[in-house]
Amino acid sequence: MERSQSLEPSRPDRAPASGAERGEVLLDVVDLRVDFPLRGGLMMRVQATVRALNGVSLQLSRGEVLGLVGESGCGKTTFGRALVGLSPVTGGSIHFKGQDVLAEAQRQDRTRALKIQLIFQDPYASLHPRKQVRDLIGEGLRINGLAEGEEVDRRCLAILQRVGLGVDHLYRYPHEFSGGQRQRIALARALVLHPELLVLDEPTSALDVSVQAQTLNLLKELKRELKLTYLFISHDLGVVRYMSDRIAVMYLGNIVELGQTREVFSSPRHPYTRSLLSALPSVHGDKRLNRVVLEGDPPTPIDPPPGCPFAGRCPKVQALCRQDNPSLSTHGGAPSHQIACHYPEAP
Amino acid sequence: MAEITAKDALNHDEIRRLRLDARRRYLRDSYVLWRRNPITVVGTLIILTLLLIAAAAPLLATHDPYNQILAERLLPPSADYWFGSDNLGRDIYSRVIHGSRLTLMIAILVAITSGPLGLMIGVVAGYLGGAVDEILMRVADIFLAFPKLILAIAFAAALGAGLENAILAIAIANWPGYARLARAETLAVRNSDYIQAIRVLGAGRLRIMFLHVTPMCLSTLIVRVSLDMGAIILIAAGLGFLGLGAQPPSPEWGLMVSDGRNYIVDQWWVSTLPGTAILIVVLGFNLVGDGLRDILDPHQRQS
Amino acid sequence: MDARVTNQPLLRVEDLCIRFYTLRGVVHALDEITLHVNTGESVGIVGETGCGKSITARGILRLIDPPGRIVKGTVNFEGTDLLSLSERDIRKIRGSQISMIMQEPKMSLNPSMRVGKQVAETLMVHDRSLNKRAARAQALEMLAAVAIPDPGRMSRRYPHELSGGMAQRIMIAMMLVTRPKLLIADEPTSALDVTIQAQIIDLMNDLIEQIGSSVLMISHDLGVVAETCDRVIVMYAGNVVESGRVTDVLRDPQHPYTQGLLKTLPDQVDADDVLFSIEGTVPSLLAPPTGCRFAPRCPHVMERCRVEVPPITPLSSDHDVSCFLHEPG
Repeated sequence: MERSQSLEPSRPDRAPASGAERGEVLLDVVDLRVDFPLRGGLMMRVQATVRALNGVSLQLSRGEVLGLVGESGCGKTTFGRALVGLSPVTGGSIHFKGQDVLAEAQRQDRTRALKIQLIFQDPYASLHPRKQVRDLIGEGLRINGLAEGEEVDRRCLAILQRVGLGVDHLYRYPHEFSGGQRQRIALARALVLHPELLVLDEPTSALDVSVQAQTLNLLKELKRELKLTYLFISHDLGVVRYMSDRIAVMYLGNIVELGQTREVFSSPRHPYTRSLLSALPSVHGDKRLNRVVLEGDPPTPIDPPPGCPFAGRCPKVQALCRQDNPSLSTHGGAPSHQIACHYPEAP
Repeated sequence: MAEITAKDALNHDEIRRLRLDARRRYLRDSYVLWRRNPITVVGTLIILTLLLIAAAAPLLATHDPYNQILAERLLPPSADYWFGSDNLGRDIYSRVIHGSRLTLMIAILVAITSGPLGLMIGVVAGYLGGAVDEILMRVADIFLAFPKLILAIAFAAALGAGLENAILAIAIANWPGYARLARAETLAVRNSDYIQAIRVLGAGRLRIMFLHVTPMCLSTLIVRVSLDMGAIILIAAGLGFLGLGAQPPSPEWGLMVSDGRNYIVDQWWVSTLPGTAILIVVLGFNLVGDGLRDILDPHQRQS
Repeated sequence: MDARVTNQPLLRVEDLCIRFYTLRGVVHALDEITLHVNTGESVGIVGETGCGKSITARGILRLIDPPGRIVKGTVNFEGTDLLSLSERDIRKIRGSQISMIMQEPKMSLNPSMRVGKQVAETLMVHDRSLNKRAARAQALEMLAAVAIPDPGRMSRRYPHELSGGMAQRIMIAMMLVTRPKLLIADEPTSALDVTIQAQIIDLMNDLIEQIGSSVLMISHDLGVVAETCDRVIVMYAGNVVESGRVTDVLRDPQHPYTQGLLKTLPDQVDADDVLFSIEGTVPSLLAPPTGCRFAPRCPHVMERCRVEVPPITPLSSDHDVSCFLHEPG
């Protein structure tokens, strides 16, 4: 699979981000593969393999927000988790600022923790129910030897205030908070270590719309103030469109389309992206007529057949598609817009 | 990276005050949850009574529990001998009172040895998995294959008679159950988001097991232990009955029941009254155990 | 769809008040709400968590368990007050005249029974005259109607063997096989992927048109409601704040909450702008604010709002709002 191009994420109609490091490649993922063997039978032999990530390559530049979208089974969550060491990596490489992240698990975990952090989807499951907020946030400091004793309390308070909570909240337990507040606590926990890259795995999917709005605003604010880079994973295209500079669309462990958000949304070139965008219900109720409704269910990533992963449901499938898995390419369009398709829409 | 400082400085006194407030709130909520269930309250009162009696035994007893007055053997309950006298002329009431100390000692010692041991083994097996899990659980399985009483008898016989050996024997028979329980909780908790989050923070396995997984197993374990207290006391009583536990002239309740078995028909009080004491205490622990489940469950505290 | 809509309310809920008597106090979940569904129309109820939309649905079917209690109100279905019926009588209505689809299909289906049998059983429960074979045949027909491929084979599967989309289709089959007059759908697509959601929405619309049921659809997703419903009811903290034709309410919302809600949707906003968010948080229903429950967060709040509850003000023939801003005079 062809390596995706390194991109200049600045947009002409926006002021460039402050800081000299704008544009530096922070994360370089090459051909990442994650397989889960399914064991069964008397001897627990491997009966099938779940190909969660099928050779994904991606680069993130400092200060940008890359949106990762797709439906269940597409591998976006697995990708996010692989970056923080929660998914076992079967192949490929991950480099952060030039350093190989996958080498030597345990030792690297601690240094990685200071660089890349993850926010989980379910705020009701991501905080230890028996720990006070101070311990939840402070644990990271203690583990990494950054502070102890009352210094922990002070630093926790500082970051807590930064996410919009206060002193009253420091010594409370998670069950005393709402979903939106819990996500803020989760953010504080991640940010207290001053990471440079934050992987956000569906951070607002479990929240009400109005709380989501508050949370997204907070995320944008924090990114500006703390000079963060985000990998924003979501199935909600509206949210991704609002948050991301660039967007990668995934299907069954592959990236099928990659490009500037505005570009991909206004002219999607991969058949899957097109049907995904048209499937979105619109408040104006005007999309029903033009909708491309896909037949059948998304297939499971177990023992995928050769060829394009979307061949089974693609309205434009041809013989070549079932034989050869297309790699990302610009197909004559904008250099930043790549599609993994043999017959993409014209640019 | 921008340095983050607190808007208001947090000095030592404030920190202490806030922590105390949180603790007070937690205890107050626990109290409310406890009070909610009348059965738990009854159970707690029974246990508290047991503790008081054990503490004040010398003050509450009417006679010397070891003093034999053979002329006054097997007397029915009366103003003199509240619970009657046994076959050696000793006051049963006083023996029951003093025996409460032994009962308590047995229950507590077994709990604090087998509990933490089982917990640790279970968490390690559950979290590390693989060969460690297999080995530890097979060992536990071997123990669990036997009924607890039989196992305790076997160990007590091997170790020799005596209360201390009996306690050890019961503890050995008890830990595998707790290990299984802790392992099950660990398996449930191991893949939860909050544990994964701590891994992402850089925590090593040991830290996760003992600082994060163990607290989640504690409540189930504590409930199980308190429900088990009754069974522990009964096993100890059984061992005493068989002559493997407490030795005469110790006023251990099980031993007292055993001593009275020849006189059950005509002098029922010799066995029955110590037996009733066992019943009440076992009941008390069972009731408390049930109620503890509610108190320790964080979801019950949802505000 | 307009041809079959009459002005006979099939369902009329009036002053429905539901409270939960918990150990922490009384939760005022529903505060005297009034709504109606006409024959042949689809009505959506939208609102955020805690607004009471699910409780309304369950209240209609008298599925409120202690510590919840229906304190007052009437639920008038085809002339009968459902709240006054005996348990036996309301059971006859549940599943046959009024059906309900829930959010998580795999949790609502019996995990130990094959799906075909579950659909057939629904028929047999409500029509004692039907024998097993006839019920099975009808069930298979229904499975085909919900576009389940190879219905004969699929009907022998267990719920856990199905995907989310398939399971939801089974649920729909089960709920529509008795051709109910009213279908209540509680977040039917929230647990599904976007592309599957589109399929299910299409399917539901088709079937409902074929069968002629009326629909009460509960959703937090305004887009789904916009695409499937004729009318929409907006709820906030246990009150109905606005209701009317979908096009009217969503294009020209009159209640400050509805206006705010529409502004928080990220797909309506340009990426460079700050996303609008309504100040404050949803009030606790343990001690709801006096007066209008939205007053603490309302950008147009007046003194009056904090004291009195605004009545329902009709703005036009089919657009009501509960707000003092629109009170005549």
